[in-house]
Amino acid sequence: MDKLVMRTGGWFALALVAFAAMLAARDGGFAVHMGIVCAVALGLAVFAMRSADYGAYARGLVKMPADQGRYYDDVIRWGVIATVFWGLAGFLAGLFIALQLAFPALNLGIEYTSFGRLRPLHTSAVIFAFGGNALIATSFYVVQRTCRARLFMPKLADFVFWGYQLFIILAATGYLMGITEGREYAEPEWYVDLWLTIVWVSYLVVFGGTIIKRSEPHIYVANWFYLAFILTIAMLHIVNNLSMPVSLLGSKSYSAFSGVQDALTQWWYGHNAVGFFLTAGFLAMMYYFVPKQAERPVYSYRLSIIHFWSLIFLYIWAGPHHLHYTALPDWAQTLGMVFSVMLWMPSWGGMINGLMTLNGAWDKIRTDPIIRMMVMALAFYGMSTFEGPMMSVKAVNSLSHYTDWTIGHVHSGALGWNGMITFAALYYLAPRLWKRERLYSLRLVNWHFWLATLGIVLYAASMWVAGIMQGLMWREYGSDGYLVYAFSEVVSAMLPMYLIRAAGGLLYLSGAIIMAWNIGMTIAGAPLRQEKPMHDADYDAAADRPLPAAQPA
Amino acid sequence: MASKFFDHGKLERNVSLLAIAALVTVAIGGIVEIAPLFWIDNTIEKVEGMRPYTPLELAGRNIYIREGCYNCHSQMIRPFRDEVERYGHYSLAAESMYDHPFQWGSKRTGPDLARVGGRYSDEWHVQHLKDPRAVVPESIMPTYAFLAERELKAGDMTGDLTALTRVGVPYSKDDVAKANEDLAAQADPDADTADLLKRYPKAQVRDFDGDPAKLTEMDALVAYLQMIGTLVDVDAARPLENGPQEGAR
Repeated sequence: MDKLVMRTGGWFALALVAFAAMLAARDGGFAVHMGIVCAVALGLAVFAMRSADYGAYARGLVKMPADQGRYYDDVIRWGVIATVFWGLAGFLAGLFIALQLAFPALNLGIEYTSFGRLRPLHTSAVIFAFGGNALIATSFYVVQRTCRARLFMPKLADFVFWGYQLFIILAATGYLMGITEGREYAEPEWYVDLWLTIVWVSYLVVFGGTIIKRSEPHIYVANWFYLAFILTIAMLHIVNNLSMPVSLLGSKSYSAFSGVQDALTQWWYGHNAVGFFLTAGFLAMMYYFVPKQAERPVYSYRLSIIHFWSLIFLYIWAGPHHLHYTALPDWAQTLGMVFSVMLWMPSWGGMINGLMTLNGAWDKIRTDPIIRMMVMALAFYGMSTFEGPMMSVKAVNSLSHYTDWTIGHVHSGALGWNGMITFAALYYLAPRLWKRERLYSLRLVNWHFWLATLGIVLYAASMWVAGIMQGLMWREYGSDGYLVYAFSEVVSAMLPMYLIRAAGGLLYLSGAIIMAWNIGMTIAGAPLRQEKPMHDADYDAAADRPLPAAQPA
Repeated sequence: MASKFFDHGKLERNVSLLAIAALVTVAIGGIVEIAPLFWIDNTIEKVEGMRPYTPLELAGRNIYIREGCYNCHSQMIRPFRDEVERYGHYSLAAESMYDHPFQWGSKRTGPDLARVGGRYSDEWHVQHLKDPRAVVPESIMPTYAFLAERELKAGDMTGDLTALTRVGVPYSKDDVAKANEDLAAQADPDADTADLLKRYPKAQVRDFDGDPAKLTEMDALVAYLQMIGTLVDVDAARPLENGPQEGAR
C-alpha cells in the first residue's frame, strides 16, 4: 500500500514540477513541452490510483510470486503496435516532404509545415520512432527466448517503452515548434536528451539483467549485437549532445563543441547512428528471425564472431567520410575513407551469413513471402554496404557529396534493409504474440513485398540519376571556360526525378498500409482470409496412382 | 572458436566481459580520430578577422537553425575550381570556430551560403525570404513571410552570451553586459554604435528589413546572412600565393 501512495504521489509531484516549469518558461515551446509532461504525469498518477491491483496487495501479504512460468510479452505487443503506427506516420511525412520539393506550394506558407521543420520530423520518425520501437520490441522478445528467462524487471520494461514514446512526442512536437539543436539526427534539445538518457539506461538494465539471469550457458549472437547497439548508442548520445542550456527554464542550448570539432563529433555520432542503430541492432534481428523463419540454423558460427568484432571495431572510424574536402584535417578524412572501404568486408560477411542460412531452404522464397522479404532485406543490405564504401572514396565523394545521391543511398538502406527486415519481423511476431494460427493473410504480405520493392526501385533509381546529374551540372564548364549552369537551372532539372521519387514513396507507403490492415486483422482475431494458397503443388495422396485406362464410349 | 591463446567461449558466457570488450572496441576509433582535434595546433590555423557573433547576428543564426535551413543549405565551400568560382574562396576551419553548433550542412537542395554575405542587397534578401519565386522563378524554397511581421523576441541575450562564454567563446564582460543594447542598436540607423563597432569589427549597422519602426525576426536573419563569410579577408593572402613579384603588381 505504501508503494501505491509513493507511486501516485511521485507522479503527482512530477506533474506539479512540470506545471511550475511551464508557468516559468522562457519560451513558448518549452512551456508547451512542460505542459505535455505535466499532462502525462497527471494521467499516470490517476492511472496508478485506478489500476492498483488490490488483489495483488492481498497476495503480497502471503508472498505469492508473480507467474514466472511465462515470458513477459505485454510490452512487446505494445511495441509491435507502436512500430506499425510510427512507420505509417514516418512514411507519410516522407511522402509529404518529397512532394514539397516538387511542389513548393505544399509548404503552405506557415512555419509549422515548412520543409525545414518537417524534414527532421520525417528522419526522426522513421529512424527513432519506427526503427527504435522495432529494436526495443524485438530485443525484449529475442533476449527472453534465447536466454530462456523472463524479462528482468517487467515494470521497468514498461517504463522503457512508454518513456520512449514520450521522448518521441517531445522530439516531434519540438521540431514543429522550431525547437532544435540544429544537427542532423541529433536535433532534440537538452532536456529531451536528458530524458532519453534515463530511458536508455533503464533499457540497458532490463536487457542486461535478463542476460544475467539467463538459463542458457551461452549468450546467443543476436544478443551480442543488441548489447553493442545499446552500449554504443549510449556513448554516442551522451558525448554528442553535451551542450550548455541558456536557462534551465528554456529550450535553447548551445553545443559544447564548435566548428571542426563539432562537425567531427556530430558525424562520429551520425554515422554510427547508422552503424549501430540501423545496422548492429537490425543485424541482431536478422540473426534471430531469419533462422527461425527459415527453420535452419545460422550458417556459420565462426563468421558471426569475425563479423561481429570487425563490424563494431571498424564502423566507429568511418564518420569523417561525411566531411571529405571540408575544413576537417586531411589525415582524419583519409582515415575515415580507409576504414569505410574496409567496412565493406564485415558488412558482406553479415549478409553472407544471413543469406547462406537459407541453404537447404531456398524453395521457401517461392512459398513464404516473409522469407522473401528477409532475402530482399539482405540483398539491399549488401547493395547499400557496397555503395557506401564506394561513395566514401574521396574522388567519388567529390561528385556525390551535397547531392541527392546521398539521399538515394540512405533510402536503399533504410527502405530496403531496415524496412524490409522490420516488416518480416512484425509478420513473424504478430500471430505468435496474439496466439493466432497464422497471419490473417499471406497474399497481402506478397502484395506488400512487391509494392515496397517497386517503390524502392523507383526511389533509388531516380535519386541516382538526380544526384549524378546535379554533381555533373554543378561542375560543367563550357568551351569559353565559364560554368555552364546557374544553380537555379540545376534545381529545375530535378523536377521529374523528384516526381518519380514521390511515386516510389507512395508505393512504399501503400505497402505499409496493407501491412497495417493485415496485422490489425491478425490482432483482432478475424477469421483467416479466404485466399489461394501461396504454393499450389502440394502432395496429393489421392492423385498418387495410375490413371484408369480410358473406357471406349 | 577456441584456440591455444584465446577462447571466445569465455566472452559468450560472461556478459560483463562481453560488454567491456565491446565498449573498448567501439571506443578506440573515436578516441584516435576526435581527441587529437582538440590539441593538434594546425587543426584550426589562426586567421585575422574572426570575432564572435554580435547579439543580432546570433539571434539571426538561431532563427536560421530554428527554421532548419541547414537541411537544404551547406556552409562549407570545398577547394574545387567550380565551387570556388560559384561560391567564393573555399571555407577555412577558423571561419566556423565560434559556431556552436556548426552548420556545414550535408545537402545542397539550395546553394551554399558560406560566403553569401554581401552578395545580394538587403532588399533582395527580404523579397526572397518573403516569396522566393518572386526573384528566382525556379526556386523550391518555402516562403518565410512571417519573419517580417514578427517582432524579434530573442529574450534576454545576456543569457545566450553567457552560455556561449561557458563553452569557450571569448565574449568580454562588456559584450555580455551590453548584449541587449547591442541587439537593438545594430538594427537602428540612429543609434550611437561606435562602441559596438569597436568591440565587433566589421559589424554592419543599419535597418535590414526596410521597416525601421520595428525590430523584426527578418532584421536578425538578414543581418546574419549579410555577415556570413565576410569576416576574414581571404583575398589578402592571394598575392603571397603567387610569389612576391606577382604580389607587387
